[in-house]
Amino acid sequence: MTKLTGAQILWECLVREGVTTVFGYPGGAILPAYDAMLGYPIRHILTRHEQGATHMADGYARATGKVGVAIATSGPGATNMVTGLATAMMDSSPIVCITGQVGSRLIGSDAFQETDITGVTLPVTKHNYLVRRASDVAAAVREAFYLARTGRPGPVLIDITKDAQQSSTIFDWEAAAPRPHGRPGPPPQDAMFREALALINASERPVILAGHGLILGNAMGEFRAFAERTQCPVAMTLLGIGAFPASHALNLGMMGMHGEAWVNSAIQQADLLIALGMRFDDRVTGALASYAPAAKKIHVDIDPAEINKNVPVDVGIVGDVREVLARLLPAVAPGQRHEWLATIEQTKGGSAVRDITNLPDNGHLYAAHVIKDLWHATKGKAVVVTDVGQHQMWEAQYYPHDVPRSLITSGGLGTMGFALPAAIGAKVARPNAEVWVVVGDGGFQMTMPELATIAQEGLAINIAVINNGYLGMVRQWQEFFYERRYAATPLLSPDFVKIADAYGIRGLSIRRREDVVPAVREARASGQTMLLDFQVEQEDTVYPMVPAGAALDAMIRRPTPLAETGADA
Amino acid sequence: MQTTFVVHVEDQPGVLTRVTSLIRRRGFNIESLTVGHTEHAGVSRMTIVMDSDAGAVPRIEANLYKLVNVIRVEHITAQPSVYRDLAMIKVAADQASRAAIMQLIDVFRARVVDVSPDSLIVEITGTEDKIDGLVEMLRPYGVLEMARTGRVAMSRGIGAVTPALVAPERRNVAHQADAMLDAGVSFSV
Repeated sequence: MTKLTGAQILWECLVREGVTTVFGYPGGAILPAYDAMLGYPIRHILTRHEQGATHMADGYARATGKVGVAIATSGPGATNMVTGLATAMMDSSPIVCITGQVGSRLIGSDAFQETDITGVTLPVTKHNYLVRRASDVAAAVREAFYLARTGRPGPVLIDITKDAQQSSTIFDWEAAAPRPHGRPGPPPQDAMFREALALINASERPVILAGHGLILGNAMGEFRAFAERTQCPVAMTLLGIGAFPASHALNLGMMGMHGEAWVNSAIQQADLLIALGMRFDDRVTGALASYAPAAKKIHVDIDPAEINKNVPVDVGIVGDVREVLARLLPAVAPGQRHEWLATIEQTKGGSAVRDITNLPDNGHLYAAHVIKDLWHATKGKAVVVTDVGQHQMWEAQYYPHDVPRSLITSGGLGTMGFALPAAIGAKVARPNAEVWVVVGDGGFQMTMPELATIAQEGLAINIAVINNGYLGMVRQWQEFFYERRYAATPLLSPDFVKIADAYGIRGLSIRRREDVVPAVREARASGQTMLLDFQVEQEDTVYPMVPAGAALDAMIRRPTPLAETGADA
Repeated sequence: MQTTFVVHVEDQPGVLTRVTSLIRRRGFNIESLTVGHTEHAGVSRMTIVMDSDAGAVPRIEANLYKLVNVIRVEHITAQPSVYRDLAMIKVAADQASRAAIMQLIDVFRARVVDVSPDSLIVEITGTEDKIDGLVEMLRPYGVLEMARTGRVAMSRGIGAVTPALVAPERRNVAHQADAMLDAGVSFSV
C-alpha cells in the first residue's frame, strides 16, 4: 500500500473527486497542503480575500452543478470564509472549504492563528470536520464531497491540523468510502402521491411555485413536461429563475416581494399551489396569515425539515423533485385551463402600462433600462451574476432567462459583495460562457480587490456597475418606511473607471441611454474584461414592492405614469 | 407540550454540541438532556425532553436526521415507555429530625447513601413526579443541595427495539494500519 502525507492524500482525494480548480489563499497552517499541491494537476486561483475564494467556489458550483472548492489557512483565513459558507448554506450550494489548523498538540492553547473554526462554522455548514490525523484525511474528504452534493446540497468544511498534513500514512481510497447516512428508509408516500394527483386534477386555478431545487435536481425537462401537460402557470422564486423558460407561455415570472403584480395576485387567487423545490421564504410569502388563503398546497422538497416549516401544506412529498415529477407525470390528467390563464393575462394589462421599460427616454438613465438593454445586446444568452439590492431585483425583472444556471445570485443570505467573486468562479467553470457581473456601487466596493484576481488570471468578465450613489435598496426602505431619512445610505465612490485602469482593465462611464447598447457591444467585442460604470438615476425605486410582513397582494405599485415621480424632479 | 426523543448518535467529539446547537438555532427549547453509552460500542444515546407543540415534532425529527452523526431518532412521547430520573438530595438532618426523614425516605423507596452529623445524602430513582414529591416533603427539613440527572427513557416491549445500530468502524482501518506502521510492520508499497 502507498504511504503518503496527509497533504498528498488531500490532493489525491480532490483529484479523484473530479476537482481541477481550487480558489484560495495560502498561510502558515495550510503550507504543507500548498506545497503538496504542486505535485497534482490542480489550477489554483489566488484570490485577494478568503471570502472571495468561498464565493468563487460557490459561483463555480452554481454555474455547473459541480462541487466548488476553496482553501485557506487557519485563524483569520478560516473566519474570512464564514460569510461565504453561510451564503452557500442558505442557497444549498455544494462547496467544500478546506482550512489549515494549528498543530494538533497546540489546539486549545490559543496558539498563533488558532480559531475553533469547526465551532464557528457549525451553524453555517451542512457538516464540518476537524481532522487531527493523516489517516482521517481521506475519509473526511470523501464524505465531505458526498455530503456536499447529495440530498439537499450544501457547504462542508474540513479543518486539517498542520501535523495531519505533514505526517505520513497509508492511503487507501476504497477504505475511505463515505458511509450512507440519514433517515433509515423513505417513509411510505403512496397516499401522498394519490392525494397530490387528486388535488392537481381537481384544481381550476393552480399555480406552480418553481424553486432552486428544480435546478439543483436537474429536473427542468420533467418540470416543463409537467407544466405543459397540466397547463399550470409557473411562478418562480428568485433562485428558481432559469428552471423554466422565461419566454414560455405558461411563465408568469418572479413571485414575492418584488414580483410582478399579476404573479402575486395569481398566487393569492389560486385554488392550488404546487411548490416544487422551494421553501416558502418570507420574501416570497409576505404575511403568512393571509398567504394564498383559498389554495390547497402541495409541497415537494428533498429536505423533510422544510415540509410544514413556514406554510402548513395539505400534501408534503419528500423526495428528489425530478423523481417525484417523473412519477406524477404519467399519472396526471392533461389540463385545460383557458379560463384561469385568461384571467391572469387580463391582470397583466394594467402592469404593462406601468412597466418602466415602456416609458420614453426622458434623458435620465434608469437602471431598469440598462438591464433591459443589456438583455437585448447579449441576446439573453449571458450568465448574469448579480450582487444584492435594487439592481438584483431589476435584473430579475428585466433580464428574462431561458436556461438554468444563467442567473447566479445570493438569495437566502443576501450577501453584498457576492457578485464579482462569484462571477470569477462561474467564468473559470465555464470559460466559453459570456459572464456579466451586475453589481451596485455599494456591493462592488465590498469585494472590488478581486479585480486583481481577474487581471492575474487573464479572465474575460464584463462588469456592469449600477452606480446610483446610494445603498439603493436600503435607501428605498428609508424612503417608504422611515420618512426619507437617509441614515448612512448616501455613498461616495471612487472613479470606477480609474480603479479599473489601475488593474489594467478598461472602463467606460455611461450616463445616457443611447450610450448603453454601444458600450455593451464594445465590452462584448473586446474579448477582455471591461468595466461599465452606469451612472443611473439616484433615487430610483424597485416596484412593485410588498412591504415586509404585508399580504402578498398588498403591493406598492409602480406610479403611473412614472414621469410624474421624483425621478424627473 | 413535553415531548421526549431518544436519539442515537455516533460517540464522537462535538456531537453533543451539534445536537444542542441545532435545537437552539431552530428555536426549540430543551427541558432536559441526558447522554450516555449504549449496548453498541461507538454509539451514544441521548434522551431529550423538549417543550414543543405537536406540529413541530416531525420537523425536530427531520432536523436531527440532517446531522451526519445522528444515527436514529425515536419520538417516544406517545409510546408506552419507562421514564426515570435520578436525584441526589442533601438534606439537613440532626439527631432530632433524622428518624422522621428516614421514615419519609422509606416511604419513597429512596435510600441514604451518606450520613454526617448535620446532613444526609438521599438517592432516589423514579419518575420526575415521584422525585418532586420527595423533594417537597424534604423541603421543610432544609434541602441543602440537589443534583438530578434529567430524564432517561426507554420504550416498553420488544416492538420498539432498535435494529442493530451500525457504529462507524470504518475509520479504524486506517488507524490500525497506522499502529502497524508504528510497530514496524512493513507494507509493500
